[in-house]
Amino acid sequence: MRGATRVEPEHIKKLLRAALEGGADFADVYFEYRRSRSFVMEDGRVRTVGGGVDLGVGIRAVKGEAVGYAYAESLELDSMLRAATTAGQIARAGRRKRVSVERRRIRAMYRPTLEVVDMDGADCVALLRRADKAAREASRKIVRVDASLAAVHKEVLVASSDGAIVFDEQPMVRMGVSAAARAKGRTEQGSSGGGGRFGLEYFDAHTPESHGEEAARVALVNLDSREAPAGTMPVVLANGDSGILLHEAVGHGLEADFNRKETSNYTGQIGESVASPLVTVVDAPRIGGERGSINVDDEGVVPSAHRLIVNGKLRRYLYDKISAKHFGVEPTGSGRRQSFRHVPMPRMSNTYMEAGEDAPEDIIRSVKRGIYAVRFSGGQVNISNGDFVFSLTEGYLIEDGKVTAPLKGANLIGNGPDALATVSMVGSDFRLSDGMWTCGKDGQSVPVGVGMPTVKLDQLTVGGTAVGS
Amino acid sequence: MSGPSRATRARLDILEEAAMRALECASALGLDHAEVSASEGESLEVNVRQGAADLVKESRSRGIGMRIVHDGRVATSATTDLGVEAVQAFVAGLADMVRFSEEDPLALPPSPREQTGAWDDLDLYDPKTARIGPKRAISMATRAEKAAFKQDRRITSSEGAGFSRTIGFSVLATSGGFVGRNFGSNQYLVAHVVADDEGGKKRNGHYWSGGRHFDLVGSPEAVGREAAARACRAIGSRKMATGVYPVVFDKEAAGTILGLLGSCIMGDRIYREQSYLAARLQDAVASPLVTVIDDPRIPRGPGTRPYDAEGRRTRKNKIVTKGVLDGFLLDTYSARKLEMKPTGSAAGGGGVPHPTSSNFYMKAGRQKPASLLKGIDKGLYVTNMMGFGFDAMTGNFSRGAGGFLIESGELTTPVGEITISRNLDEILKGIEAVANDLEFRTSVAAPSFRVDQMTISGN
Repeated sequence: MRGATRVEPEHIKKLLRAALEGGADFADVYFEYRRSRSFVMEDGRVRTVGGGVDLGVGIRAVKGEAVGYAYAESLELDSMLRAATTAGQIARAGRRKRVSVERRRIRAMYRPTLEVVDMDGADCVALLRRADKAAREASRKIVRVDASLAAVHKEVLVASSDGAIVFDEQPMVRMGVSAAARAKGRTEQGSSGGGGRFGLEYFDAHTPESHGEEAARVALVNLDSREAPAGTMPVVLANGDSGILLHEAVGHGLEADFNRKETSNYTGQIGESVASPLVTVVDAPRIGGERGSINVDDEGVVPSAHRLIVNGKLRRYLYDKISAKHFGVEPTGSGRRQSFRHVPMPRMSNTYMEAGEDAPEDIIRSVKRGIYAVRFSGGQVNISNGDFVFSLTEGYLIEDGKVTAPLKGANLIGNGPDALATVSMVGSDFRLSDGMWTCGKDGQSVPVGVGMPTVKLDQLTVGGTAVGS
Repeated sequence: MSGPSRATRARLDILEEAAMRALECASALGLDHAEVSASEGESLEVNVRQGAADLVKESRSRGIGMRIVHDGRVATSATTDLGVEAVQAFVAGLADMVRFSEEDPLALPPSPREQTGAWDDLDLYDPKTARIGPKRAISMATRAEKAAFKQDRRITSSEGAGFSRTIGFSVLATSGGFVGRNFGSNQYLVAHVVADDEGGKKRNGHYWSGGRHFDLVGSPEAVGREAAARACRAIGSRKMATGVYPVVFDKEAAGTILGLLGSCIMGDRIYREQSYLAARLQDAVASPLVTVIDDPRIPRGPGTRPYDAEGRRTRKNKIVTKGVLDGFLLDTYSARKLEMKPTGSAAGGGGVPHPTSSNFYMKAGRQKPASLLKGIDKGLYVTNMMGFGFDAMTGNFSRGAGGFLIESGELTTPVGEITISRNLDEILKGIEAVANDLEFRTSVAAPSFRVDQMTISGN
């Protein structure tokens, strides 16, 4: 490690002691060293190259459920100690704790060969060119293509006064392509993106061409799109990206901080039925290479997969250390943060619905009139009342069991438990989305993964403009 | 208004030295152009829940962001390490990266003649802000939360109340000789509480106050009471029947709609043809009741700035006048692409500049807000929206919404879990009444307005 291993174990102990000085229950230090590289191609020309190095340490002192936090943007002992003392002020009195920390080795689920961040710039540009070319070659109607490639190499070292020091490397690569298509005076766009905790090998399985072609395909489909219907109707969610529904409809509401504060609509619902018996939801942080995967969380806890909902019954929340203590359970390794400048809180990793037994064709065939939702641009949830929305960017009408006309973008809205109670068919075709999702909470962004088999919801409100058609 | 204090000048001097050092490194390496933004910030954030502090966070950060343009090629980077050797290595790294970018003659920075030499004090800094310590902050948040619980017994839980304050100092220096110095403060008090509804549903309400100066925070109790009122008014929310109805947006929801228009008049969206307004200059794009202005020079304004990220003096720009599209917001690059004049709207100093709005507002009308409901037999009053369902390229708009049913000109039952949809072009043209309740609390602000019809999707 170029950043955090420069920190001496003695210094780590000093910082933890300083943070515990006022009587905190425990303290942790989070060292981060992050290099990034990005290339932005605009309409066939590399408009800018960016990147940089960020380095620092975040220090947290916890007393009960209260958190004191401060950070330093350098690894000089004096400035780190100042931050530790500031953080420790949250606790005013109490017994001082002994500090002993030991290095703990963890098993890595992802291990990139060559970091994209270290790749030759010309090779990165070549990847963008391939995506650009593929999108343009898809059709003469493609009038504009933009593409970007971003890579991050992050190293973290987390040390906690309750014992362990862990180190992890967290690579990330992401490619995004957007294409505009024009015909008969109408312009529409499509986009495609993906990546994960990979190095260059990501592009073996997912070529830049595949993203270029996919962006062009969506743009061309949307050229023929018509007004989406308005009203409540059956919705078939395609496999993969539709996992965003779970992320919004249940995932956030199961983050234990909201439940500890009793502000989630899932508060007090453990053991209760919160979805159709066909629904089993998993949060799995250790799937090799996925965008939401982590070897260790940002509190130093090694996470494992957890089934949050089993056959429709709520089984557990996602816990960070503070909320685990509140509920008297073990943390699930869900304490994550955007950077050393931020406090950790419970977050999702890769959240998905397990496959069922229905054939995807049968699911579509079962719908007389409804919509088939394929791609989405994002979603949001109101934690307290459970209402969630997600925005459709590629969808089709289903008429008499057949997928027919493409639809203009529309919002879908539902209420978490109500919507999931209407899940009546679950496909056997489970798929994880290619890594492109970023989740925002309290102003902090973290990469996440989603996944879904083809699923039928008997009732969901579709926010189109066509009434009664 | 008085000039900067000695302490403020000293902080700005340090930043200016750092920026100059980076520029010297660039010039020593023979790079054609460079822009450096050096900034420093200090902030405090506290949160109080159920009467006790559950977060005290203090931050301090300092760093530089730098853009270089060499042979018409662009590279950007940022660092927090301002040591002499570190900055040298940092600039050398930029010089190494720039060769992978491709030549674009339009990427050159503005000529020094276009940059401003002087700027006014727009009253963005309150010396009181930095003196608010954790104790005072916790006390204000505690009062706000307490007032919320006291206001209504139906308030059962709380995300808490928080106070945050930040002061920031920045220097923008370019190889063309421009040096700008700016500093400002901000503080907010927010309360976020939850009321219990039937069937385990919860209703949340939040409200905030604050701004550039501490006195804008006002009474903590008032913030708590308003948050409680907002949670309680949503109790019993229900869907409404799918159909086409007149819609009144309260001033906050109206501001959100105006923000969508804002995203469609940015120069970069225009030259990329990613806006439905790209070819609509001098066209009617809204009802004649609509006038929209971007004014970066409102004293104490949340979006106020004396100079833009490329060193141009900022100015008031007319966007829509009585429904007609007057202009776009442009930085140097988008102006050159479109063969128009820059509007002093660049943001992103030290990175790739891009146009942005400052204080972007719709002019107030004459009607009282309540009069917007008059004559509506059945309609929707929108107080909040959810999601991101907007496509700037086509103007298609579809979002989750909540608010109240309007029946016979009166607000009746609360409504939720519905969507509202229509193309933005039609929404703006459909504005048939504008109220007089504009306030500059946020950098994008609009008065309440009524739209003749939208599609509501419910049950």
